[in-house]
Amino acid sequence: MIMHFLKLEWKQFFRSSHWQKGIAIKILMAFFALYFIVVFLGIGVGGYFILKKQFPEQDPLVLVNSFLLYVFLGDLIFRYFMQKLPVMNIKPMLTLPIKKSKIVHFILVKSSFSFFNIMSLFFYIPFAIVLIKQGYDFEGVFGWLFTMILLVQSSNFLNFLINKNAVALGILVALIVGGYAVQYFQLFNLPGFVGTGFDFIYQNPTTVLTFVVILAGLYAVNYKQLRNEVYLDALVSEKTKEVIASDLSFTDRLGDLAPFIKNDLRLMWRNKRTKSSIWMLALGLGYGLIFYTNPVYEDIEVMCVLVGVFSTGTFLINFGQFIPAWDSSYYNMLMSQNFKYERYLKSKFTIMTISVVLLFVLGIPYLYFGWDILAVHFAAMIYNVGVNSHVILFGGTFNRKKINLEEKAAFNFQGTGAVQWLIGFPLMILPMAIFGLINWLVSFEIATITLGVLGFIGIALHKKLMAAIIKKYIANKYIMINAFGKEA
Amino acid sequence: MITIDTISKKYGKEVVLNVEKIEIPKGQSFGLVGNNGAGKTTLFNILLDLIRPTTGLITSNNIVVSESEDWKNFTGSFIDESFLIGYLTGEEYFEFIGDLRGMNKADVTAFIAQFSDFFNDEIVGKKKYLRDLSKGNQKKAGIVAALMGNPEVVILDEPFANLDPTTQIRLKQIIKNLTENKEVTVLVSSHDLTHVTEVCERIVVLDKGAVVKDIQRSEETLKELESYFAL
Repeated sequence: MIMHFLKLEWKQFFRSSHWQKGIAIKILMAFFALYFIVVFLGIGVGGYFILKKQFPEQDPLVLVNSFLLYVFLGDLIFRYFMQKLPVMNIKPMLTLPIKKSKIVHFILVKSSFSFFNIMSLFFYIPFAIVLIKQGYDFEGVFGWLFTMILLVQSSNFLNFLINKNAVALGILVALIVGGYAVQYFQLFNLPGFVGTGFDFIYQNPTTVLTFVVILAGLYAVNYKQLRNEVYLDALVSEKTKEVIASDLSFTDRLGDLAPFIKNDLRLMWRNKRTKSSIWMLALGLGYGLIFYTNPVYEDIEVMCVLVGVFSTGTFLINFGQFIPAWDSSYYNMLMSQNFKYERYLKSKFTIMTISVVLLFVLGIPYLYFGWDILAVHFAAMIYNVGVNSHVILFGGTFNRKKINLEEKAAFNFQGTGAVQWLIGFPLMILPMAIFGLINWLVSFEIATITLGVLGFIGIALHKKLMAAIIKKYIANKYIMINAFGKEA
Repeated sequence: MITIDTISKKYGKEVVLNVEKIEIPKGQSFGLVGNNGAGKTTLFNILLDLIRPTTGLITSNNIVVSESEDWKNFTGSFIDESFLIGYLTGEEYFEFIGDLRGMNKADVTAFIAQFSDFFNDEIVGKKKYLRDLSKGNQKKAGIVAALMGNPEVVILDEPFANLDPTTQIRLKQIIKNLTENKEVTVLVSSHDLTHVTEVCERIVVLDKGAVVKDIQRSEETLKELESYFAL
């Protein structure tokens, strides 16, 4: 039976039409994973010696242990945002002679082999081997290693229980911040205290059994919860929440663009995919804090352009790169409706422009870091409206991937093609290059003004640019209809 | 009203549609029947310029559909659920389509009110997204949306499928009313021979992409069709 399930998973993976086209992304992800594996392996093998050198009077294992609280809490928070809950298309299985418990066990066991669980082993295992080589007690190290593996697995199952629960996330964040705070103010060394617990395991390896019990307990709770959901009504029940319709009549002022803009606002507000990328906005807006508070970047003025373009353009980039794929699930209908492409694209352009200006206004507190920075941001805003918005609309004509609005966004590359990666080049690198060059040749002021002027030129040419973009959309109409009709 | 002129569609070497000539006069109720894979939906998709034909042209009201978009002004259509916007409620969806068809909010409300029987209180005022409705109710919403804005041509693909018996009867009445004054041309496809013979005055049978029968409805039509398909 397990073989059947595995075969299905295998076919699902390789036969999705996404696979054939999305190979570039898969390769990229593989490189990403490989990079992490190498880094973890490096720290795992070399970690002992580095710690020994930096803190010669302390035991590296004790040092590592005193950090584990942060590691596991951080891991849980990371999982909270990134790890997808285990899924399997169980609907067709329900009526077949397969025990429901078997399906649930399969889903749960499958999740144990998730990337998130394997990753950290690349640190723990080599680190443990080095410890043994260095003459640490064999049984103690083994007990410690098994505890780590059990804890990683426990985190895996704990995450499924607390996911979607904001209170649990709050507790995790409070623990990590609080732990750091009490340590920093030397009130109480919480991480160190937890660390001594791990030291104790090393000294008494049999305590590992406690963690077996914890893991078994978490697994059992997960099992119980999932087992109750292996019914059709449980699968659909959460969907039918009552709609809270908001009055969007204020958009009527936008004339014949209003219906589309209303639609886009609802699209963003009512779908998982778009909702979960809203927190990306906050991230993008605060992007500058990383650079401006770091003295390393103080003299690299080009960074202001990067921050300017990115912080005023997060929405533009996140939303714009998937035009018109957002509307892919009903693209057929749009194409047989009575309106011109111009009206449709104009509404998208308007939304993006409003967002850019709004994000600039929200970013005015960057003034704290200096007038010149705000000036660059202003120029970047004009550039975003005049140049980047057109570039991204043009890039949309290459969109060939359907988007399922009901899926979460983090690490969701559905709808992403090579274009989405390539388009980053003119969006970010080009203004940085222009600014950098003129800043180097002439002056900071002229460079800033140039960016703004480029933006204004784009705005002045808006009608002509749009006409060219629309032509391209019309030329690609049938290809897009065909592509959007296929399940990713 | 609509002229289908030597339309063919090939995918690679496979011919999925090959229609010589069909002339549909204004106000006709036109039924398209055929087994799975006969090319009914393909023909409708070409009519709506969603697919390009390999050869041939379709003109609607003297407009070549693949060359100008003006036919959209007078054509309403519902092919499948991909014509619905899942994250809107029924009202919002009708409002959106109404906006595109030049109706204001009051027009839309008045128009929808006519269909309260048809909807059976399950679409409007339910505070539910279209994606959460049952297949049948989704279909009802799509069909009514296709009738918005006084279209001269209405294209419905498999409108009777998934509907309950009461709604099927009501839908037949709606289609009959539409073509009563010979103003609106209605194109309907179906697997159900009884429904089609009841609402359509002309029935075309497609088989493997080709027209095999083109008959005006008479007393014997249903029998003729049944004996054809009973092979």
